[in-house]
Amino acid sequence: MKSNRELTVSRAMAEAIAQEMRTDPSVFVMGEDIGTYGGIFGATAGLLDEFGEERVRDTPISETGFIGAAVGAAMAGMRPIAELMFVDFYGVCMDSISNLAAKNIYFSGGNCKVPMVLMTATGGGYNDAGQHSQALHATFAHLPGLKVVAPSNAYDAKGLMISAIRDDSPVIYMFHKGLQGLAWMNWPQSAAAIVPEDAYAIPFGEAKVLREGRDVTIVAISMMVHRAMEAAEALAADGIDAEVIDLRTLVPLDRKTVVESVRKTGRLVVVDEDYSSYGLTAEVIASVVETDISLLKAAPRRVAYPDIPIPYSRPMEDFALPNADKIGAAVRQTLGKAA
Amino acid sequence: MTPGKDQLIWMYDKMVEARYYEDSLAAIYMEGKTPKFDIGSGPVPGEMHLAAGQEPCAAGVCVHLRADDTVTATHRPHHAAIAKGVDLNRMTAEIFGKKTGLAGGRGGHMHLLDPAVNFACSGIIAQGTGPAVGAALAARLQGRDSVAVSYVGDGAANQGAFHEALNLAALWKLGVVFVIEDNAWGISVPKAKSTAVRDNAVRAAAYGIPGVHVADNDTLEVFKAAGEAVARARRGDGPTLIEIETYRYYGHFQGDPELYRPAGEVAALKAKDPIDRLTKHMLESGAATRADLDAVAAKARQRVDAAIKFARDSDYPAPEEALEHVFA
Repeated sequence: MKSNRELTVSRAMAEAIAQEMRTDPSVFVMGEDIGTYGGIFGATAGLLDEFGEERVRDTPISETGFIGAAVGAAMAGMRPIAELMFVDFYGVCMDSISNLAAKNIYFSGGNCKVPMVLMTATGGGYNDAGQHSQALHATFAHLPGLKVVAPSNAYDAKGLMISAIRDDSPVIYMFHKGLQGLAWMNWPQSAAAIVPEDAYAIPFGEAKVLREGRDVTIVAISMMVHRAMEAAEALAADGIDAEVIDLRTLVPLDRKTVVESVRKTGRLVVVDEDYSSYGLTAEVIASVVETDISLLKAAPRRVAYPDIPIPYSRPMEDFALPNADKIGAAVRQTLGKAA
Repeated sequence: MTPGKDQLIWMYDKMVEARYYEDSLAAIYMEGKTPKFDIGSGPVPGEMHLAAGQEPCAAGVCVHLRADDTVTATHRPHHAAIAKGVDLNRMTAEIFGKKTGLAGGRGGHMHLLDPAVNFACSGIIAQGTGPAVGAALAARLQGRDSVAVSYVGDGAANQGAFHEALNLAALWKLGVVFVIEDNAWGISVPKAKSTAVRDNAVRAAAYGIPGVHVADNDTLEVFKAAGEAVARARRGDGPTLIEIETYRYYGHFQGDPELYRPAGEVAALKAKDPIDRLTKHMLESGAATRADLDAVAAKARQRVDAAIKFARDSDYPAPEEALEHVFA
């Protein structure tokens, strides 16, 4: 029953990388603890044994250096995959990402390619505090020249990784720690999925309608897709029929699917684990409003992380994280019902 | 430079306190995490990085410091925090995520920050090097002779911030002591696979400052190297780089399966435990009797037990306190 295997997200990512490495000798991986350890979040498990240290390369703690090196290798004909262990560490290497990876295609007038993948772990919910728990989707999506991917489940994780590796532009692949299917972290079982054995690519910029509904459109990404689905189930019990959209990629952003959904439902709630202000939630709402403000029967709502650093202590982090209850309350507000 | 009797007792006290603290935390961390290990459960959730074995780096350096000196430590900070004099009750409450913690539960174990004794640590590799340079610069501008010590791991010596800070401190002749705690591992990557030189102390030459290598986690050698470096810094003669070969008894974080680690490594390290060696030295040199040391150790353990009780008995913060203190 090979075609019916269920995989975790981390195994789906590792399988995608392995398949591309088998067929394309220019693909290689580097990063901290991605070799012997198999990646702190399991995204490179098993790769060292199959491909060896030349192509599965543990690096020193030198992100500016090795992410810069990924840019150089990509421009020299390779397809590097670099891992930034936690996205929170972007501060030490943002120049390599934003002023190098994201700009060289433009600076060449389209005469060069930068086919690299930067994969990085996002998200909180496990009490690891403000330097190891951020989502930071918007930080990268805000920078022109980067494609930004954030899968919510194993099927998408494999297909989007294969697309990322084959893409000739730099792609930031943001995977959520709490979706990886790790033994030591709580994760929603809905993140695991039936994953075909063959390689398949999921095009960027195509959102997925996970649940069709008449009354309201809930747009989410990454972990928040699961929270949105929980909210939709709870709302259904009260006779509220929510449509849930998984964006899957932030850049390119599938504005069309969102607009078409709101055209049907007339109501919009956008959910993101990233900070509330200046983020994905605002971008999605603006996309609808700019297209046709009359599509909305009620003011749109956003459910996002408040504009505070991530607190360590459990009651405070639980308070701050978006969850199904908050999403449900926001939906009721759009319907003019008491939260 | 050799330590006097009081200094030996002080170092022993801090090392025993730190060791007992770490071993206690190791046990507490597993509460609520058995039979299934879930990193977010129990009284101490999140990542936990323990420094048991690395006590000489803390005690042997901080014995030369005053409260007005600055220490910036790593993500493995408890031993240094204890030696620098961070309030043990409030630090422990912070690690438990309680309202009475140093930051009211906002920071947790990797982000202990105690302005009362000028101590900070960080979850980002090499991040403390710049602030140490800044603290020393401020002392210069304010006409004070306080110094700054910046702890980093051997892995951090390959981070850009480390080199930029060394150059600045050397260029401006600031009173900074850079201490590399070389425990031989950057998570799973051994030093030999991340650093092209065997001894990071030689990198001091690139910045025109002294570099000192301390072999085999020797407390007395750490005392000597740090004493000279702190004195030099306090005199206004500029920074020093010290690399201490030290031991990490636990994994990178608690729950680390340590599949990368050679079997028997920890047992071999424990056979030459630095606290045992210091004890032996003190007894043989006549600096202390067994009864003296037992009394010191008993008091240290009492302080730790009291701090853990304080943390356990404290309340959690109200959830909405998460919104406070974003700005000053």
